[in-house]
Amino acid sequence: MNWPILSVVTFLPLLGALLVMFLVRGNEGLAKGTARWIALWSTLVTFAISLVMVWRFDPTSAEFQFAEKYNWLGVASYHMGVDGISLPFVILTTALMPLCILASWTVIQKRVKEYMIAFLVLETLMVGTFAALYLVLFYLFFEGGLIPMFLIIGVWGGPRRVYASFKFFLYTLLGSVLMLLAIMAMYWDAGTTDIPALLRHGFPLGMQKWAWLAFFASFAVKMPMWPVHTWLPDAHVEAPTAGSVILAAILLKMGGYGFIRFSLPMFPVASHDFAPLIFTLSVVAIIYTSLVALMQEDVKKLIAYSSVAHMGFVTMGIFAATTQGVAGGIFQMISHGIVSGALFLCVGVVYDRMHTREIAAYGGLVNRMPLYAVVFMVFTLANVGLPGTSGFVGEFLSLIGTFKNNVAVATIATFGVILSAAYALWLYRKMIFGTLKPSMAAIKDLGWREVVIFAPLVVLTILFGVAPKPVLDMSAASVAQLLDNYQHAIAAPKTAAPAHDADKVTLDFGRDHAPLIIPVSAAR
Amino acid sequence: MNQLMQINGLLPVLPEIVLGSGAMLLLMVGVGIAQTERSSAIVNGWCIALLVLVAVLLLSMPPGRHAMFGGSFVVDDYARFLKLLTLIGSSGTLMLSLNYLTRAKQQKFEFGVLVLLSTLGMMMLISAADLIALYLGLELMSLPLYVVAASDRDNVRSTEAGLKYFVLGALSSGMLLYGASLIYGFTGTIEFAGIAKATAHGAGIGLIFGLVFLFVGFCFKISAVPFHMWTPDVYEGAPTPVTAFFASAPKVAGIAIFVRATVVAFPGITHEWQQIVVFVSIASMVLGAFAAIGQRNIKRLMAYSSIGHMGFALVGLAAGTPEGVQGVLVYMSIYVAMTLGTFAVILSMRRDGILVENISDLAGLARTHPAMAFFLAMLLFSLAGIPPLAGFFAKFYVFLAAIKAGLYVLAVIGVLASVVGAYYYLSIVKIMYFDEPVRGFESMPGLLRLVLGVSGLTVMLFFAYPAPIVDAATVAAKSLF
Repeated sequence: MNWPILSVVTFLPLLGALLVMFLVRGNEGLAKGTARWIALWSTLVTFAISLVMVWRFDPTSAEFQFAEKYNWLGVASYHMGVDGISLPFVILTTALMPLCILASWTVIQKRVKEYMIAFLVLETLMVGTFAALYLVLFYLFFEGGLIPMFLIIGVWGGPRRVYASFKFFLYTLLGSVLMLLAIMAMYWDAGTTDIPALLRHGFPLGMQKWAWLAFFASFAVKMPMWPVHTWLPDAHVEAPTAGSVILAAILLKMGGYGFIRFSLPMFPVASHDFAPLIFTLSVVAIIYTSLVALMQEDVKKLIAYSSVAHMGFVTMGIFAATTQGVAGGIFQMISHGIVSGALFLCVGVVYDRMHTREIAAYGGLVNRMPLYAVVFMVFTLANVGLPGTSGFVGEFLSLIGTFKNNVAVATIATFGVILSAAYALWLYRKMIFGTLKPSMAAIKDLGWREVVIFAPLVVLTILFGVAPKPVLDMSAASVAQLLDNYQHAIAAPKTAAPAHDADKVTLDFGRDHAPLIIPVSAAR
Repeated sequence: MNQLMQINGLLPVLPEIVLGSGAMLLLMVGVGIAQTERSSAIVNGWCIALLVLVAVLLLSMPPGRHAMFGGSFVVDDYARFLKLLTLIGSSGTLMLSLNYLTRAKQQKFEFGVLVLLSTLGMMMLISAADLIALYLGLELMSLPLYVVAASDRDNVRSTEAGLKYFVLGALSSGMLLYGASLIYGFTGTIEFAGIAKATAHGAGIGLIFGLVFLFVGFCFKISAVPFHMWTPDVYEGAPTPVTAFFASAPKVAGIAIFVRATVVAFPGITHEWQQIVVFVSIASMVLGAFAAIGQRNIKRLMAYSSIGHMGFALVGLAAGTPEGVQGVLVYMSIYVAMTLGTFAVILSMRRDGILVENISDLAGLARTHPAMAFFLAMLLFSLAGIPPLAGFFAKFYVFLAAIKAGLYVLAVIGVLASVVGAYYYLSIVKIMYFDEPVRGFESMPGLLRLVLGVSGLTVMLFFAYPAPIVDAATVAAKSLF
């Protein structure tokens, strides 16, 4: 039983992509069908294998499991592994992928083969991002995802797809290159980019500040946090339905995952010092983007802004650095992955029928689409955070976690919950209730394929709302260890200040501004 | 016996000797038999074979460091690495040019022979260990380049390109010579090792002046800002295979001597030259990134792109450490692969028998020529430095060295410039993938397919097995220190 299960999960979709690339010829009816079926089966098999990982995962251990290590580059090895923090994201990715393929089944009619290749490659890169245990490897997967997503938005997107795809690509790249420099600096300081080793390595204080800011630049854009969120509404609106789902459900989570995996444990002192900044931005995101969402006329834009608001809860919870906050952040991300993904799928359902995303164009859908109305209601209420849905658990835990640390922030953020109820219910009323628009007279309810897509999502949303324990248990040990190390690290500078001051002198990172040139020659 | 020993001692220069005498031989053969286009094409084909032979010879040479001709010609790991790269660049561009020359009715055997002679100059330049050898190599490399730039004699733009390149090239050679004479005057030696000794404890203002003039010559050859002005015009005006040649092999040789001269001859005054390299590097990266945005002609775009790439390569030199030199070597290897592949596509942009050069001509290429579009897209993402493609690793190694050397500002400006640069590469991808197709191109000739396939696969699969290039670069870089 010692086969490299994690590598299989990571690279099986890539194999599927190669199969599509070389086996499928042309773009005729038959070829389209073959491409779709190959893509569906590769994602389904990947999902099945990833479930085996859940089965064999030991939630009592905080160690990285299913680890694999091979020599690769001088500065990096091929080192993969998952712990309780990353495994939920891996499963989320593999679970949503078959649904995305199904959601694109009939909608995508042009360049089907390329579309499926792009999605399969993207899956490999996303799973790799969560499973990579070398910073350089992580960066490779993290950034590599830009290429397929750029093409998905640009080729299969809406009217303003070029603008949206460029904005998405360049924003994300800009943040990430700074992180790359920080990774290099960490390499020279620690002598490795192995993540488990870096987690044990205490970085000097002056360096922590700069590296934290560089990582923040990358993850804040990815997350996205206010005020660097502006690429998200554009990308969401223009991307095809499945692209929006992936974007909202998984790509955004890479930011949050990055904060938990890197920023918090590797730069604990900086995280502690910068927490007020994060709190401020999070609260602004929660309140401001909720208000912006209230004003939207485009369904996808509204959900996109609501995503920004919900991610505000996540960042707030993570940097509160309490058990509830971090666990709540993780849970909120998983829940939001399911709920916002499902909401975008809901929008996709009516968009496929009516080809408009304008809220005003819809009304009275409940008369023609009762099943759809029920499904949409479940996800709307989960988005609001109604108790009994998964959305409640995440938000509640993050708020408790933050309350322990900062009462004011938690209080203001709670108002965001009310605002989210306002825009979500308003959207629901406008679209589902009211008088049936004449143009909607012939609209059909969910087909069997759509029922298949929504059924697991509805079940999970309610299941995690009623019984969140499996997800929380999975990450509990890892979160506990993370926070334990964090508390030690921020307590340390007070007791061991001289040692760190010594570091500050020998390492130039401690200076307030980096010098342009450090004389290399000692001869002068 | 004594003579035999001498001949044995010449063994490390065997590749150059074979290349030089082979070029002469092919020149005579050409004069003798190549009366028709067809026979000229055959001679040009032999030129490729000769380059391959020289590459094989180079690989079978004894390892280690050999100083020849009184120390003015050094064969070490560094030289071997870069010579091999130069030979790949030269033979690659010759492969790219065969079809073009036939189609343009310019199939002349002199073209191949001139490329051979220029390559010989590059190999000398790479091995040069004193200022005289440096100048000889530089001129032997440049003179054939002036001629091939103007090889489309009846075309005004080509002639203009050749003339412009010649005049500016002569000026820069003059400056370089002046710098060399100043350095000689202030140190009393032309050998790099001797100069290093003389400058071990700092240098006076006169020597710094010489250094600056020397750098002017180097910057001109690698088209680094502020001595880049000739590049867009020459790239645009010269016949396209010649442009491909300019963009690959001579850049390798230029960077090679820039690094060797700087690192070997002036280690004592690192602080002084580092400022210049940092400035040149930043200026090249930024100008390359911004100036390329407005370009409509793909050859001009590649000119600015190459200016930017030289800036990135110089980031490694600015670090002035073995890691930095290793970064430069990895960078140049990947740069050559990317450049050859991109030019293979540019040379395939042929419609109704005419080579088109506008970027907008690529519109919808993903649907008319999916494989070609895919390879070009991967090359462009690689040029932009997006992982997991090879171009990312190129940038990774130079910036890694810069961070270690503490050049944070340079590194930050560099990565920001690479984001700006990504914009114009993305625009080409956008035109190929997002726009509606225009009429397709003619089918791609076999040799171009080969070059594009090899370079495309190199760029895509580099991440899976980077060890050969990275390890060889590490060894090569160590031989300079």
